[in-house]
Amino acid sequence: MLLRTKLFGKTYEFGTIKELLAKANEEKSGDRQAGIAAESAAERMAAKHVLAHVTLETLRQNPAIPHERDEVTRVIDEGVNETIYAEIKSMQLGELREWLLADTTTSAMIRRISNGLTAEMIAGVAKLMSNLDLMIAAKKIRVTAHCNTTIGLPGTLSSRNQPNHPTDSPAGIKASIYEGLSFGSGDCVIGINPSDDSLSSVSRLFEMTHQVITTWKIPTQNSVLAHITTQMEALKRGVPIDLLFQSLAGSEKANQGFGISVGLLDEAYQMARKYCNSNGPNYFYFETGQGTALSAGAHEGADQLTMEARCYGLARRYHPFIVNTVVGFIGPEYLYDSVQITRAGLEDHFMGKLTGIPMGCDACYTNHAVATQNDIENLAVLLTTTGCCYFMGVPMGDDIMLSYQSTSYHDTASLRQLLGLRPIPEFEAWMEDLGLMKDGVLTEKAGDASFFLQK
Amino acid sequence: MDNKEIDIQAIVKEIMAELTQNGAIDPPQENPSPIPEQQQAGIDLPDPSLPENRKKLGVANPYDPEGLRNLCSTTSARLGVGRAGPRPRTETLLLFQADHAITQDAIYGEVDQEVLDKFALFTVHSQVESRVQYLLRPDLGRLLNEESQAIIAERCEKNPQVQIVVGDGLSAAAINNNFPLIYPVIMEGLKAANLSLGTPFFIKNARVGIINDINEIIKADVVVILIGERPGLGISDAMSAYMGWQPAHGKTDADRDVVCMITMNGGTNTLEGGAFVVEMVKKTLKYQASGIALREKAGETG
Ligand code: B12
Repeated sequence: MLLRTKLFGKTYEFGTIKELLAKANEEKSGDRQAGIAAESAAERMAAKHVLAHVTLETLRQNPAIPHERDEVTRVIDEGVNETIYAEIKSMQLGELREWLLADTTTSAMIRRISNGLTAEMIAGVAKLMSNLDLMIAAKKIRVTAHCNTTIGLPGTLSSRNQPNHPTDSPAGIKASIYEGLSFGSGDCVIGINPSDDSLSSVSRLFEMTHQVITTWKIPTQNSVLAHITTQMEALKRGVPIDLLFQSLAGSEKANQGFGISVGLLDEAYQMARKYCNSNGPNYFYFETGQGTALSAGAHEGADQLTMEARCYGLARRYHPFIVNTVVGFIGPEYLYDSVQITRAGLEDHFMGKLTGIPMGCDACYTNHAVATQNDIENLAVLLTTTGCCYFMGVPMGDDIMLSYQSTSYHDTASLRQLLGLRPIPEFEAWMEDLGLMKDGVLTEKAGDASFFLQK
Repeated sequence: MDNKEIDIQAIVKEIMAELTQNGAIDPPQENPSPIPEQQQAGIDLPDPSLPENRKKLGVANPYDPEGLRNLCSTTSARLGVGRAGPRPRTETLLLFQADHAITQDAIYGEVDQEVLDKFALFTVHSQVESRVQYLLRPDLGRLLNEESQAIIAERCEKNPQVQIVVGDGLSAAAINNNFPLIYPVIMEGLKAANLSLGTPFFIKNARVGIINDINEIIKADVVVILIGERPGLGISDAMSAYMGWQPAHGKTDADRDVVCMITMNGGTNTLEGGAFVVEMVKKTLKYQASGIALREKAGETG
């Protein structure tokens, strides 16, 4: 297939759709590492220019990895609604961008075409958008989901209470949970990354969070981000689990590296519906992040934005309650600095929403990246204005177990206050009842973990 | 709103109120500490990074001060810090930023030659040529350079049951501080179990995946790499032990196990960490499997 343009008098030609997509990507250190990035800024622009004229049909016919070889490709392709696809397949990506941005295009209209899109189309259009484009388009797309409470409602901003501890001490984790709750963090989920993935330790943390939730009658859900097989084992033994968690990658091979497959996730999904302690119907929590596939040597020559979009396509199969990109987590070899992290955060949020999943963001950075806390505070504000469902709440943003920095309990309250947003209604009512919040603002009692020593 | 006194703070507050849709900004909850009148005497501050100063409570009127102190003592997370409106207090903010500053240095640190000499470790290199390249090209950190392959082929015992190697990873401090403590523990444990041990060595600019490349030469049953984790804000010297059954090209993290967060600064201490490592090695040998496969086998039979 001919993919060629002239730009400033010079001719640029691209061999395949996969190559075109990679070269049209905004600068990312991960694509450079993979040796697939545009070689010059002009070449990148030439690629975008050509990409704008590629039809959705061409993109469907050219998935990043062929059907025969990859179950993620098959899952996404089988998920396409053929009626809707037939309506839009002759659209070019440049036209899709304009359609998404048009004032006459509503949230409902976008939600409808979501079902006719594949990951390559979604990644492709993201590559043609500026940061503000990504925000304007994403802002329109409202996606809600329900577990014990409803995520993604207009006017709300939620927070995962992330109380990690280096040795999984239940007492230490509980202390952080209390502090977070007292700042209004935890309406999305109380979710712990375990340091020890053993069944006994993971089960203990589920039991402990369940006990805090029931003692204080907190309208929320618990989660322990262990490997899915550990959680399934716990579920079988009657451990109280509200949400099942798993990290996802965009290729079959990368998922193998994670020790998961579509078959395993299907099984987990069935188990969740049978045994989870929550109301549902949305039982899954997924995390993703640009660079995951490459870090497992399983990107199959595709760029990291396209691989990320494929994670969302896979996630959609399981009707998740929440999905977030952990945007600066893996490190500078994928997103070098704050410019790249910010861009990726906006891209991922947009792509997730366009896929039709309730999207949050772990706005974060590692100590070996060229970024500071100021940069992710900026990103969080940008994302909040565009309707991001939730962020992480970590004590002072310092995750003492995962060794990276994210948004803090303070940031949860600050973002809500700055932009006039509220927690999930039931959770806010719960906070008001306890006297920790009044009219959406923290009261004098708030920000004090010892408040929860009353019971 | 009481705006009789025009000062910058008042203006800022006014703007904040306009920004906030509900307009409900509380009056300041606690007065910022007054600026001392006698600044002529100069400023001479205690070190805010000392443990005793870190643990100071910042909450204005806690419900249960003693209880809050107890909660804070259960974790190294930054709890009990209080707030200035929705934001952190000044001391808390500055300490956080100071911690970030010091962490930047850990990444570019080097493993002390003395530490390596003490345990007679020789040094080999991955294909990485500089620290910046190390950060940007993990793929090169998973491969030995040619010279190193030759050195290992020449100097190392082949086909041992257990091969231990050390890598700087993302924190040299992790190796400097923990390796001298954990290595004797691991050695004792493995010797007591009568296992044959390979010749240990150090790899500069290493990633975990380099154990595949190493074992193409050594052909051990189990390879353990002690490696510096990426530095965290509070703890910049945590070490991990990653290990696998018969590592070889094509093996992934799903085929590996890890004991992580080994540090004397609030993680798993080296004595316990060493014991875990020995236990994992024995388990790997017993089931002849690691990673997900080990879990499946151990689950079935044990
Ligand atoms: C970075 C990181 C990742 C990255 C790795 C990619 C990368 N480029 O580094 C990503 C996001 C992909 C990842 C994924 C997972 N991780 Co991880 N990860 C970390 C982290 C924060 C730092 C690791 C580090 O410093 N490595 C040192 C450098 C020098 O090594 P490297 O060669 O650059 O990177 C390799 C290792 O990091 C390794 N790795 C990373 N995570 C894991 C987990 C396991 C079980 C194994 C065997 C290897 C492994 O993969 C990298 C590529 O080979 C640690 C936290 C910690 N305290 O160590 C958790 C940590 C090691 N991960 C953990 C877990 C549970 C996972 C997942 C299983 C999560 C899930 N539920 O799916 C997955 C799958 C890993 C796999 N089996 O493939 C746990 C392990 C718990 C345990 N004792 O078994 C830790 C301790 C964090 C936690 N408590 O949640 N992880």
